[in-house]
Amino acid sequence: MAANQPSIQFKSSIPFYRDERVIKAFAQVVSAVLIIGFVIWAILNFLDAAEARNMTLTFDFLEEAAGFPISNPPIEYEPDMTFGRAFLVGLVNTLLVSVTGIVAATILGTLVALARLSSNWLLSKIALAYIEFHRNIPLLVLLFIWYFSAFTQLPSVKESIIWPGIIINQRGFYLTWPRLTETGQPFAIASAIGILLAIILYSVLRRRREITGKDTYYGPISLAILIILPLIGWLLSDGTPFQLDVPFLKGFNYKGGLRLTPEFTAMFLGLAMYTAAFIAEVVRAGIQAVDRGQIEAARAVGLSTNQVLSLVIMPQALRIIIPPMISQYLNLTKNSSLALAIGFQEVFSVGKIAINQAGRAVPVFALVMLTYLSLSLFTSFVLNIYNRRIQFVSR
Amino acid sequence: MSRKLSTGVSILIILAFVFSMVPAAVAQEAGGGEIIDRVLERGKVVCGGRTDLAGFGMLDEAGNNMGFDIDLCRAVAAAVLGDPTAIEVVPLTAADRGPALQTAEVDLLSRNVTWTSSRDSQWGNFTTIMFYDGQGFMIREDSGITSTDEFDGATVCVTSGTTTEQNLADFFRQNGMEYEAVIFEETPAVYSAYEEGRCDITTSDKSQLASVRSGFAEPDAHIILDITISKEPLTPAVPHGDDTWFDTVKLVMWALINAEELGVTMDNVEEMKGSENINVLRLLGQEGDWGYTDLGLAPEALANAIAAVGNYGEVYDRYMGPEGLAFTLPRGPNNLWTNGGLIYAPPIK
Repeated sequence: MAANQPSIQFKSSIPFYRDERVIKAFAQVVSAVLIIGFVIWAILNFLDAAEARNMTLTFDFLEEAAGFPISNPPIEYEPDMTFGRAFLVGLVNTLLVSVTGIVAATILGTLVALARLSSNWLLSKIALAYIEFHRNIPLLVLLFIWYFSAFTQLPSVKESIIWPGIIINQRGFYLTWPRLTETGQPFAIASAIGILLAIILYSVLRRRREITGKDTYYGPISLAILIILPLIGWLLSDGTPFQLDVPFLKGFNYKGGLRLTPEFTAMFLGLAMYTAAFIAEVVRAGIQAVDRGQIEAARAVGLSTNQVLSLVIMPQALRIIIPPMISQYLNLTKNSSLALAIGFQEVFSVGKIAINQAGRAVPVFALVMLTYLSLSLFTSFVLNIYNRRIQFVSR
Repeated sequence: MSRKLSTGVSILIILAFVFSMVPAAVAQEAGGGEIIDRVLERGKVVCGGRTDLAGFGMLDEAGNNMGFDIDLCRAVAAAVLGDPTAIEVVPLTAADRGPALQTAEVDLLSRNVTWTSSRDSQWGNFTTIMFYDGQGFMIREDSGITSTDEFDGATVCVTSGTTTEQNLADFFRQNGMEYEAVIFEETPAVYSAYEEGRCDITTSDKSQLASVRSGFAEPDAHIILDITISKEPLTPAVPHGDDTWFDTVKLVMWALINAEELGVTMDNVEEMKGSENINVLRLLGQEGDWGYTDLGLAPEALANAIAAVGNYGEVYDRYMGPEGLAFTLPRGPNNLWTNGGLIYAPPIK
């Protein structure tokens, strides 16, 4: 700031204390000193207070054995592993519920927005009811309703609902799920390459088409790659590359299959449905902000309804939608900390346990804050890049 | 201002706000004598307690705090301030109680806390064991389980931030059994999930299990297994750094125990002031100095505490005795040492 001070010249007879440039520079310096002083005071005060309570800011405890269990760890975890590991388990859970929640909330939110804008009266009112219900009830209450009034009220293990491909009981949702067999690796690798290649070819060829105007057949080519490569992988993998993992009853519970615990499912559904209501409003605002004349003009040149939506409305609406959408994504990620209340162990709830078991409130809170800060900054960073790309390009 | 600079400045400001949240607590820093001074000045004892565990910390119909742990707090208020109602109960979850004591946010933590060596060194000073407990398991009677050998693969509901949680992990590890833990921070959530059937087993201190079972829709459908897997000495604790306050609280606890030994009750405390038993006279401040001069208390401080809540046995029976308000739990190890239990306190003299 100080570096930006304008050079001061006394040409006229105006005294320096009335010179606007001097006053402005002075104000800058004073506010800078005040802010920096406040920051230094706050940090020193914090360190003093922590010292006085014997709550030092060391992170050594992260190496110690945690000693407490975590429900359904997504990565391997045993109580004899370290606090650091426990924290990592929490982080993976946070990412898991945030990423799946963001994807689901975006899809659901967009659908609700479209329903809300639909000319079908009933559909529009249902969407309105959905939005108002979720917007006007606190998320924590919704989570309790999902968890304690819905999922724990499901039938007991012995009386499970068994449908083809899914078994539902109080202990969760058990899905029949394809799992790679031992020989399935070539298939998995080939599929991954196929998907990646298809995406790259699609965007490259499509760009070419936009620039040159020549048809590059980007659709069929990428689709072919998407099918052929996994097929080759299948042949290479010597027999069936994957098998269906069917849940079966063993002892107290079902084993096998893909299991969604009631805690995760309640958290995921609660978060996604709650945020979807806000996203629906964001999307609706974006769509309605597109000038009616644009739509009428698009219809006039003979574009179909779908084309109007995808070629005229959406590209313009997105410019308005993305910035508030970023906030919604950040909200969703941060709201995942409410999982504490319904027993889903994400980073904050693991942190709270660590505070108690290790007796290190200050470093744990610092770590938790840092985690959310990094997650949020990273999300904003990525989405801001996207946002810049879709903004108006002056040609 | 350049872009980078402005980002830097905003981060600094954010950090400053974060760090400045701490000073609110600076005034409460605990040095020698500061807590007792604070209590006297405030005219109130701030107790970390709970409102969600029948028998130990609960609310009566008028919304007043009551329970075994709360009565211990009242006894301290009666001794120090002469008024058993001069308390403020701060409800704490298991996970919050440690930091609350560490930062001296509460004057006294009376919230069925298990005394352990690491807590003693990190959290605060533990006074005197007021309840001998041990961790047990509760299961549904119709589950057909009769012993812990059949626990392999079970789902267990447990409260986070407790010794229970650690003992559970140790127990299953030592016995080489698999389990799934379902962990909540709020105690009511743990038992509601268990009662609904989310878990096969729930585990906690046996007194807590008995307390919770009494509140179930069908208490008889649940059994507490006859196995104890840990020692849980429940002990009121005070923040580190104020010896006078530590001694004061400790003496009040001793007084309640001694009162039962000497047959001093809530009702006969006045009458006992004229007793022939020299130990009774000492306890009630009628003869000799039990330490009140050094602690800056009134001679009848302990008598006031007893008059307010009764002796140890009375407090116990009020909530957990045969006619207990919450549930009935045989005194077992919580009987006086003279009756074959473990309750024993140094003499008041």
